[in-house]
Amino acid sequence: MFILEKRPNPSRFWTGATPVLAVVLTMIAGGLLFAALGKNPFEAIRTIFLDPLIGDNAWYYRAQLLVKAAPLVLIAIGLSLGFRAGIWNIGAEGQYILGAIFGAGVGLWFYPSQHWYIFPLMIIAGGFGGWLWAMIPAILKTRFGTNEILVSLMLVYVAKNLLASMAVGLMRNPEGSGFPGSRDLSAYPSAANLEIFAGTGIHWGVVAAVIAVIASYILLQRHMLGFQIRLTGQAPRAARFAGVKPERLVVFCMGMSGILAGLAGMFEVAGPAGKISIDFASGYGFTAIIVAFLGRLHPIGILLAGLLMALTYVGGDIAQSNIGLPSAAIQAFQGMLLFFLLAVDLLSNYRIRFNLKEAH
Amino acid sequence: MDLSAINPLVLIASLMVSATPILLAAIGELVVEKSGVLNLGVEGMMIVGAICGFATAVETGSPLLGFIAAAAGSALLSLIFAVLTQFLLANQVATGLALTLFGLGFSAMLGQGYVGLKPPSTPTLHIPVLSDLPVVGTMLFSHDLMVYVSLALVAAVWATLKYTRVGLILRAVGENHDAAHALGYKVIRIRILAIMFGGACAGLGGAYLSLVRVPQWTEGMTAGAGWIALAIVVFGSWKPWRVLLGAYLFGGISVLQLNLQAAGLKVPVQYLSMSPYLITILVLVIMSANRSRAALSAPASLGRSFHASH
Repeated sequence: MFILEKRPNPSRFWTGATPVLAVVLTMIAGGLLFAALGKNPFEAIRTIFLDPLIGDNAWYYRAQLLVKAAPLVLIAIGLSLGFRAGIWNIGAEGQYILGAIFGAGVGLWFYPSQHWYIFPLMIIAGGFGGWLWAMIPAILKTRFGTNEILVSLMLVYVAKNLLASMAVGLMRNPEGSGFPGSRDLSAYPSAANLEIFAGTGIHWGVVAAVIAVIASYILLQRHMLGFQIRLTGQAPRAARFAGVKPERLVVFCMGMSGILAGLAGMFEVAGPAGKISIDFASGYGFTAIIVAFLGRLHPIGILLAGLLMALTYVGGDIAQSNIGLPSAAIQAFQGMLLFFLLAVDLLSNYRIRFNLKEAH
Repeated sequence: MDLSAINPLVLIASLMVSATPILLAAIGELVVEKSGVLNLGVEGMMIVGAICGFATAVETGSPLLGFIAAAAGSALLSLIFAVLTQFLLANQVATGLALTLFGLGFSAMLGQGYVGLKPPSTPTLHIPVLSDLPVVGTMLFSHDLMVYVSLALVAAVWATLKYTRVGLILRAVGENHDAAHALGYKVIRIRILAIMFGGACAGLGGAYLSLVRVPQWTEGMTAGAGWIALAIVVFGSWKPWRVLLGAYLFGGISVLQLNLQAAGLKVPVQYLSMSPYLITILVLVIMSANRSRAALSAPASLGRSFHASH
């Protein structure tokens, strides 16, 4: 029989060690899952976690790693601000889609003229689109107290339908012989989000992700607003007495996460994805939730977690083509990671005491 | 547009079919939330139920076994949530999300061999006399077993919560877990059972989607039904009959929008498909605008972890 004893403060050691422990446990459970699918678990784990880094063609995969990590980190940084304050924006996927629609809309509007200011305008429009979509649950929450979890999530499905209608209607490529999907923005120099250094995978989204990490680190550690966010999450009542206005915090946190998700969508549509299409939304907005928790809602942690999660995407692709591991198995694997993370989180908040006799 | 193509009789009959998956999931979640636990993993449990039920029904040829397997599979999945939130004291919101993310991936993995297959058809019940009644017979009494099971569940949950000792204990645990603990009730055990009941119901709802409503298996086929079920529990202010009303209203809207699509309404299909989600948001806003009432009807311990410190 063991009993749990609440720690007065979260353990520093376990706060850092639990994500690592969770990853190791996920690898073991994932190995069992892959074995159940009839794959060699050691080969599968090696393919996912090592081949993108040191295998053949690693130079290509390393670039892919940054391409995949950028949107995850951008979105997760935004989400982490809200999660810290107990504001649950889980509709980042919708904000990501809206950012892409707005960004692409500006780009397509100017087509085919060439100006230096088109891409910056698209960035602004992308951020605005995401912000707008996030403001719906934020305003409804502050005005009417509506649950932001459900509203932001419902808006994901609305956004997906909007995306589909754009792909077959308003934004369809007039020269695309009737197929759904917009013009290829990545082939339109003024609007394309190209690699800044060829072959490295570093596009403007990667730059934005790094800036977001640094900015949110400064905000949380050195700024009054960041302090208020952390305070609200840990002690809402104390925060109220300290003069924190919860409504303003909701609007700020939702707005920031909307902007960052919108930017991620815009960089994606102008670069790696290239165009608005029905299947543009690839679930980054949901995976970013895992990234935010895996990074312990800390900017540096999120950067590392984003890279790790990108590794499972890239490695998962390799595993799919080389050993026939279904892509859905990778998705289940990512979900498992969050389970283990939440499970071992116990260690940082509680002390486990073993007791031979019954506790009471 | 040809509105005469919409037959009100068929509309009501298909309304009941379209509301049943959400009703099943919502009535299960109501019990979970009444015990003070917020399980946001309904979507994940539904989709795992959908594939468990579908696969079992295809392999055995029996839809009934399919439904049983779906309930068992989702209850098992909900056990992960139960262990994490009740023993390991994990955050319920985050764990629920994890359950959904995992469920979506896991179901897609299980369902790989089942895309494009047709499940054995679920027979409609023929109730003597009632089914033969004109109008009402086709409207209300020509459905399959699960439609009536879902209605019976609503009645059973209502009666249990209102009139039985079990219901009273469940509500006590949900309203004030410390007091319930002090009275000697096993808070954790009761909550785990409630979570598993919720899981089984969500599984039935998912299986109803893949076996009757669609009937087919596609990845991510629940398309937010689990989240709508969560919204309907809020809409119903945690009261079984209001949950029924909410689910049927919602079923009516989604059937109507499908009918309008078929009738050729001059609005792009995508905008019609958005309507159920938009209306759910609208309903949530209306319900929450009346703050005092919403606060009164929600179980007081909802979403809080219980840890007996001695």
